[in-house]
Amino acid sequence: MTGMSLHKKLEENTGLLIFGILVVSAIGGLVQILPVLNQESLETPTGSTEPYSAVALTGRDIYIREGCSVCHTQQVRPLIAEVERYGPYSRSGEFVYDRPFLWGSKRTGPDLHRLAGKYSDDWHRVHLLDPRSVIPESVMPAYPWLEDAPASEVGDIQKKMQVLQRLGHPYTQDQIEAAPQQLEGLTELDALVAYLQQLGSAVSREEAP
Amino acid sequence: MSAVLEQGVIDRSVAVPDTYYDKVVLRLVQFSIVWAIVAMGAGVYISAELLWPWLDFGQPWLSFGRLRPLHTNGVIFGFGVSALMATAFYSVQRTSHVSLFAPRLAWIVCYGWQLTVLLGGLSLLGGWTSSKEYAELEWPFDIAIALLWVSFGIVFFGTLARRRIRPIYISNWFYGGLIIVIAMLHIVNNLALPVTLDKSYSLYAGAQDAVVQWWYGHNAVGFLLTGGFLGMVYYFLPKQAGRPIWSYRLSIVAFWAFVYTYIWAGPHHLHYSAIPEWVQSLGMVMSIILLAPSWATLINGIMTVSGAWQKLRTDPALKFIVLALAFYGLATFEGPMMAIRSVNVVSHFTDWTIGHVHSGALGWNAMITYGTFYFLLPRMAGRALYSTSLANLHFWLALAGTMLYIMSMWAAGVSQGLLWLNLDETGELRFNFTDIMAGMAPYYGLRLLAGLIFLLGTCLMAWNLFMTIRGRDPVEVTAPDVDPLYEVKR
Repeated sequence: MTGMSLHKKLEENTGLLIFGILVVSAIGGLVQILPVLNQESLETPTGSTEPYSAVALTGRDIYIREGCSVCHTQQVRPLIAEVERYGPYSRSGEFVYDRPFLWGSKRTGPDLHRLAGKYSDDWHRVHLLDPRSVIPESVMPAYPWLEDAPASEVGDIQKKMQVLQRLGHPYTQDQIEAAPQQLEGLTELDALVAYLQQLGSAVSREEAP
Repeated sequence: MSAVLEQGVIDRSVAVPDTYYDKVVLRLVQFSIVWAIVAMGAGVYISAELLWPWLDFGQPWLSFGRLRPLHTNGVIFGFGVSALMATAFYSVQRTSHVSLFAPRLAWIVCYGWQLTVLLGGLSLLGGWTSSKEYAELEWPFDIAIALLWVSFGIVFFGTLARRRIRPIYISNWFYGGLIIVIAMLHIVNNLALPVTLDKSYSLYAGAQDAVVQWWYGHNAVGFLLTGGFLGMVYYFLPKQAGRPIWSYRLSIVAFWAFVYTYIWAGPHHLHYSAIPEWVQSLGMVMSIILLAPSWATLINGIMTVSGAWQKLRTDPALKFIVLALAFYGLATFEGPMMAIRSVNVVSHFTDWTIGHVHSGALGWNAMITYGTFYFLLPRMAGRALYSTSLANLHFWLALAGTMLYIMSMWAAGVSQGLLWLNLDETGELRFNFTDIMAGMAPYYGLRLLAGLIFLLGTCLMAWNLFMTIRGRDPVEVTAPDVDPLYEVKR
């Protein structure tokens, strides 16, 4: 009965109970997360993976804002059918500049990780403004408001890049200074298409899956 | 023994009786029901958008991608957490035999929380989102949530600390687990550097961010939607059945096994993804082990009702609570199965997951909450439920809606999973994505119908409970005497 008498202490002392729950619940997370956070290979870029350009970063933030990741994954699994359908499976090193990650959890629409170059810029424009004009069965929402909104007003691009720089993304001062200029004259639609057109391009399609 | 008894008698005669503080409980119940209708309504709306995409009328705030987080956050944090706060405040007083600690702080928690959910929900519609599931709210809301959550903890543990009965009753362990673990998960997962008021960048990137997020995401389900609501079971089930918990020892074992095991299971959301394989495998194994503590509680609950089955004929509250246990059993069996890699390869990314979540959210969380509300409101009003037959109708609507929902999503999800992976004899893909997606319309139609049925039941309950409590304040209840054997000696 020593187990029970030990437990008697826990269940009669509020402080001990709090402490007990905290310790017991923390173990699993510590074992799984600490090694992952300290694994260098998960922070090492693969192929030509680079920090997002000012335009692509803006497009990515629009992708986040509109909740695209609710219906589209960015994670090609290492399965024959998926590699055939989408392209080379996803590598951890391709996501080192993804804050937050956008792997998603549901494929109401198809996976987008290897989207780069599959369609033309014009196709994307038409598709985003009126999905059913190119894919009649599509249930994707239309995004007409992206057409007129200027890309330069999607937050403060220089501040964004500075914050990411503090988090370890190797942006140069020149890149940050040139950022507003790159967004000049572009719409949100342009920025989003630019983001979509570079998705998963760091690993070449010819490379073995 | 007699000396102890005598001493107890003397103590009791001196002690001032404590009146339970239930006003804040009633208000939280009311908010919870409002959020249930709003958030489930949003769910019904987005399920219709999957059939008729033009339903967003070209408005950003009505777009699927913005409404969906509103639906999930509204259900979890509006409906779910308000109900958990209400029942925690109600039961901690009665199991401690004292009134609520710091009632003013409890009111701040109550209204502060509603304001956070309301403004947070609007911010989601405005496109403020971190995109991390169930943690979409941006950093200003994350800070508000953290402060309110700690205040919730102060009221709860403060009440426990001044209890008049020595043992801390089981339901309080689960509510305590909810408060502590969710605080830990929330803070760690939401660490980010702000850019502007509406935008921040996560402290973690890529694969590391994924592991942290699903450690949070899975355990928000674990400690909020499972553990918190188990607290409800442990208090309201024995109360309504009129029988004590079947095995106290089993509840102790199940609790600690649950708290220890659940936290490991997150990586099963990332099978075949670009995270280390050992993390995936460990997550899978622990998910399967998790079946044991989950079902230990199920057995304890069912055995507690055993012997009071005849009450199921006449008592709508108990009906809901027992049905909730059945769905709890189903969902906690289905979960570990879906965590097995060879099953997950089919179920992952499909509507099967959506069905699984709803067998939990509708069948388990909503039903146990409804049962509890049917228990609470007549007691607070000091009169019988306005309409038992309406409550019985609600029961059948809730059951029909949940079953139809789960079955349509099983059919949709298994179809998607198998058809996506289907290869012909030459190893080529047999079906293109668009055709598979287009084939989902009938299932999505059934799901919409299921959602409407369930929502209709919820509205009936809202009406029924409103008529029950209308014009009344909660009945004042005084703490009964404590058995001297268990009394805290001051």
